[in-house]
Amino acid sequence: MSYQKPKFRHPDLPVNELGYTKADYEGSLSTLCAGCGHDSISGSIIKACHELSIPPHKIAKLSGIGCSSKTPTYFLGKSHGFNSVHGRMPSVATGAAMANRDLMYLGVSGDGDTASIGMGQFAHVVRRNLNMVYIVMNNGCYGLTKGQDSATADEGSTSKKGDPTMFPGIDLAGLALELGATFVARSFSGDKEQLIPLIKAAMTHRGFALIDVVSPCVTFNNNSGSSKSYEFVRDHAEATGTVDFVPMRDEIKTRYPAGSTHEVTLHDGSVIRLHKTAEHLDPFSRVSAMRVMNEHKLKGDILTGLIYLDKNSQELHEVMQTSQKPLNELAEDDLCPGNRLLKNINAALR
Amino acid sequence: MAAIGMVIGASWNGARSFTATSGPGLSLMSEFLGLAYFAEIPTVLFDVQRAGPSTGMPTRTQQSDILSAAYASHGDTKQVLLFPSTPRECFDFGAISFDLADRLQTPIILLTDLDLGMNDNMSDPLEWDDSKEYDRGKVLSADDLDKVKFGRYLDVDGDAICYRTYPGTHPEKGAFFTRGSSRDEMAVYTEKGEEYEQNMHRLMAKWETIKEYVPGPEIKHLEKGVDTAVLYFGTSEESSVEALDILAEDGFKLNAMRVRSFPFNKEVEDFIDNHERVFVIEQNRDAQLRTLLMAEFELGPDKLKSVLCFDGTPISARNIRKQILQLLPGNNVTPLHPEKAAIGQGE
Repeated sequence: MSYQKPKFRHPDLPVNELGYTKADYEGSLSTLCAGCGHDSISGSIIKACHELSIPPHKIAKLSGIGCSSKTPTYFLGKSHGFNSVHGRMPSVATGAAMANRDLMYLGVSGDGDTASIGMGQFAHVVRRNLNMVYIVMNNGCYGLTKGQDSATADEGSTSKKGDPTMFPGIDLAGLALELGATFVARSFSGDKEQLIPLIKAAMTHRGFALIDVVSPCVTFNNNSGSSKSYEFVRDHAEATGTVDFVPMRDEIKTRYPAGSTHEVTLHDGSVIRLHKTAEHLDPFSRVSAMRVMNEHKLKGDILTGLIYLDKNSQELHEVMQTSQKPLNELAEDDLCPGNRLLKNINAALR
Repeated sequence: MAAIGMVIGASWNGARSFTATSGPGLSLMSEFLGLAYFAEIPTVLFDVQRAGPSTGMPTRTQQSDILSAAYASHGDTKQVLLFPSTPRECFDFGAISFDLADRLQTPIILLTDLDLGMNDNMSDPLEWDDSKEYDRGKVLSADDLDKVKFGRYLDVDGDAICYRTYPGTHPEKGAFFTRGSSRDEMAVYTEKGEEYEQNMHRLMAKWETIKEYVPGPEIKHLEKGVDTAVLYFGTSEESSVEALDILAEDGFKLNAMRVRSFPFNKEVEDFIDNHERVFVIEQNRDAQLRTLLMAEFELGPDKLKSVLCFDGTPISARNIRKQILQLLPGNNVTPLHPEKAAIGQGE
């Protein structure tokens, strides 16, 4: 952990379409442990937002409580942020997203925040298909309170102290599939090549996009018996395939042989290309996604990459047919029916 | 619990929003109310009080959430309460609560009760002033941000209410981090004791400002030379007025005031100070409003006497009259009209 963030940046840092350098998407200095997986994920978020040329002020970042939920301070310093209460970021995000449909909502949570205290709110934000990206920085332990097992720790996995976890771990990607999620991906904090395009795809997806990112806790859960250590994940991660994300404005140049590649055009014209390697996985079939994921789990492997995508996803604003004008811009004329109508109501009650 | 989270998220993002609950919901929402108090996010909550604790008598009425609402959440918190008495006042207070929340950047809790919330009531016609404009409080636009130095918790105007920005306002300026943890005036995380204390002192200064905005008490009867008064709020109004009328016929003159909000302002304090004894009428076991008055005004226990009803039914005039007669000094008074006094027996 360092105590000063160097101000120096290379004078020729590349700029994106908006004229911003990557530094414009950074936040303040991280106070997490050196080597924490979460910082790598923050780095991937910064890169994805920069490369997508999203105006930083058009993103709202929200989190709960925990190590993971501290990270929004460490990226997107020009965005409004909201560090809410433990496990209840989904409700705050729901209120915020309903109030202004014009911003992008990026939620960051952890396994403790999502899979224990926040399980109820997580379930409902998934089934409502709120238009947001929900990243779980999943390290299988409560890092902020000395590394107790969390609900996503796999049965038999040992923490630094050496005691094996007694209960089956909750698989958040599997749970999200069950609850009707329209975009489900899993990744590994140490695999930026996979994670960055997934974040971009999730940000472009219309609806709820979950990325469950295994993110080792170097201080409390990176030992040899842990199934969420760097070593274990590197050895046991099997990707569904590689994912390319081609933004709407870019020309698609390379072509892959037919059959091995799925191309999905998103609502804004961007394209996700999945070069499949996992056998039998149809990422557009919920049933196939659940089956293949469970098969990997039985083998003791972790299936990563894009696991499921609903191409016809309708997000909450569309389902509820809310006003196109953001609700936070509605004023007296839009909202108040006035005294004339109130008189009718009075009369009806006589 | 999720409902208050959504209200806070929407208000943070600049949309007016509210939710409604009863006692158990208030308990669940307390943590979020503490966040909204500390992070200074406008929040509107209706609590239709019923008989607690726990599930209590969920189909019966009480005014027993006063203290849990007034100090909702852990840590040093104080919440703004409004006490409507009639359907008309529920409507009017409902409307002003959004202006108050936006202006004061804090939760506004409307405490009504099951008697008013579920039973049929007669009401004056509701009225709306079409010329009324919303008060959205201190919110900076992109133009404003180009002109001023922005710090989310900077007390620029000296009234301890700071300026805020909505997400997405300006490409470069005005972004800040909202959090329930301590932070400095620029909304940056801090654990420095002096910065934390400064912020907590400012929140107390804001509490003083709030007194200028919330509805003041309604003095129902004030006669010089009368040393005894009653103080009531919410749905105790009609039976209190009736009881006072009967007591006047009995020959007992009492002054009266209806409290309409918390924090209590100077008028409430003066009214209590100007009387030798004040009967506080309320519908709960523990005399919660009396406790609140004693705590806020640092009053001794002798000054305020309780008139209580907590059996789940709305308090009646004869119950109030009976209790007051017992509490009046030298309670062996001989009523001027014994036949009327007898009505109060057996309750």
